[in-house]
Amino acid sequence: MALATTLLLAGCAGNTVSSATASPHARPAALGTPVVEPDLVAWNIDVRGPDGQGLPPGSGTARAGKAVFDAQCASCHGAAAAGGPMFGTMVGGIGSFKTDKRVLTPGSMYPYAPALFDYIRRAMPLTAPQSLSNDQTYAVTAYLLHLNGLVEQDAEMNAASLAAIRMPNRDGFIVDDRPDTNAVRCMQDCKPLRTSVAVP
Amino acid sequence: MDQKIDGVRLVAAARAELEAHSSITHNPSRRALLAKTAAAAVTGLAGVGVARAEPLAVPESNKALGRPLPPEEYGMPSKYESHVKRRRTDVLVNKQNYSDWSFTPLHQQLGTVTPNGLIYERHHNGVPDINPDQHRFVIHGMVRQPLVFSMSDLMKYPSVSRFHFMECSGNGLTDWLKPAARTVQQTHGLLSCAQWTGIPVSTLLDEAGVSPSATWALAEGGDGAAHARSIPMKKLMEDALIVYAANGEMLRPENGYPLRLFIPGWEGNVSIKWLRRLKLGDQPWHLRSETARYTDPMPDGKWRQFSFEMEAKSVITSPSGSMKIRPGPIEIVGFAWSGKGSIRAVDVTLDGGRTWHQAQLEGPVMDKCLTRFRLQWNWTGGPTTIASRCVDSTGYVQPTVEDIQKVRAITGFVQHHNGVFPWFINEAGEVKNAIA
Repeated sequence: MALATTLLLAGCAGNTVSSATASPHARPAALGTPVVEPDLVAWNIDVRGPDGQGLPPGSGTARAGKAVFDAQCASCHGAAAAGGPMFGTMVGGIGSFKTDKRVLTPGSMYPYAPALFDYIRRAMPLTAPQSLSNDQTYAVTAYLLHLNGLVEQDAEMNAASLAAIRMPNRDGFIVDDRPDTNAVRCMQDCKPLRTSVAVP
Repeated sequence: MDQKIDGVRLVAAARAELEAHSSITHNPSRRALLAKTAAAAVTGLAGVGVARAEPLAVPESNKALGRPLPPEEYGMPSKYESHVKRRRTDVLVNKQNYSDWSFTPLHQQLGTVTPNGLIYERHHNGVPDINPDQHRFVIHGMVRQPLVFSMSDLMKYPSVSRFHFMECSGNGLTDWLKPAARTVQQTHGLLSCAQWTGIPVSTLLDEAGVSPSATWALAEGGDGAAHARSIPMKKLMEDALIVYAANGEMLRPENGYPLRLFIPGWEGNVSIKWLRRLKLGDQPWHLRSETARYTDPMPDGKWRQFSFEMEAKSVITSPSGSMKIRPGPIEIVGFAWSGKGSIRAVDVTLDGGRTWHQAQLEGPVMDKCLTRFRLQWNWTGGPTTIASRCVDSTGYVQPTVEDIQKVRAITGFVQHHNGVFPWFINEAGEVKNAIA
């Protein structure tokens, strides 16, 4: 803490005061309370996609996951995740991205399987997020991967096996490379705008 | 014929009208006046000032006791302004109200600051009501000392207030190739601008002591979706804020109360609302919201990822979709903005893009902030298409949809639509979405 305080004060000293400690207008000292990582376990829920760092202990199979899905998820996502009253299909779409009918599902879209565990744990079910156990979350993850043809029904999903799956879209992403349009500022005799209305 | 008219002459005409005790608002006698002078207006408003209004009676408000001052209240807009509201889409209707969005009524926004009750909303799991006394914000991961802050801790830090726009990456998602939305609220209303007050993220990161190896941070919300994004450390240290207020008051719950991240110029979903955690790491996390969502389809089947920046964009807000104009003087007004810097120029076309006229920018022109532009026009009644195009401080020129289509796949669910947006005006003066 002492070091942090020194750094913070040093950071503002150049503006109005030559010595922060000598001025009645000194910037407040560092106010954060030190905490240790073990005390953040309940908050520290993120899972890193590429290597699965952060995946907790536990395991589950697609066979076990079907029961969890039917009880917790099917009412919104439909039977066998084929689409329901709240959300569209979560199955299929692999190979659709070069067509005009891109179908985005966990199977077609996710580059890394651990992200599916992460999202289910942090956000699902909609009405009670973070209520599933680790085993239930692994099992539902396995079930969705199975429905997408990516794992066998009895394959056990755990921290190691989930991170080891090679997803179909793993190499499907490029980092932002804009600007990409290079538009020119024309003022006179320009090409008319394309519009949906025929302008005389 | 060039329909643009001299602004000085228009102001003189308006003054002559006022001196003739004639209303400059849209009342029936004004319309009669315009009809009488429409022909004259084409050549310069020579007939304005001829007609006179009825004698004015003393208003009832001058003759009655008004409402008493209540002991305390939160002021509300006039009951005559009750139509000015955020609205949900009627184009792409979600099947639920929890992961959804509502639009700022840009055509009814005056000035550049969006009132707090009209700042657009985007939620991934509804709006939590968080007690600020119980809220905690944590910085941990690759830092020298993990820290936890209460709201009262945070309020003691030296604050900064900055004007910035915020725009959803999906703004315009229903209107790429054919008209779907009718009003500018629905075509462009996932856009707001406010004076944001908070603490530079760098202040708190410095206090925690950033590891030299930390290059990315995970920001996570305290909502039911625990919405999270990976954000480069460079941007966090450069100009990102931890924000607790907008336009002089604490954030509204739907905009992140009591604490949110604010990343100037970047897509709105990275400005994590209800912020509870920053975790520093040495690589991005590749979460669902940066792979399966908030990525942009490319023609070769790939997806552009970490496409944070909102490039320069502009739109005419008046006249705009669903409005009706009459022949005579029209002030064209709109907004321009750029996530890469400030607006340098805005051009307006009155003939479907063949010729463009430089509009007047209203100051102050600020970095990553909405800038208002205007152009005086005398509409002679013929059908035409109007649109605006901006240039930002980096020299970037707002592209047309055709320009974008050359390099991106604009099919399916898409983001970052900053194309020039045309409004068609028909013979009757009805203004319609003309995107194609």
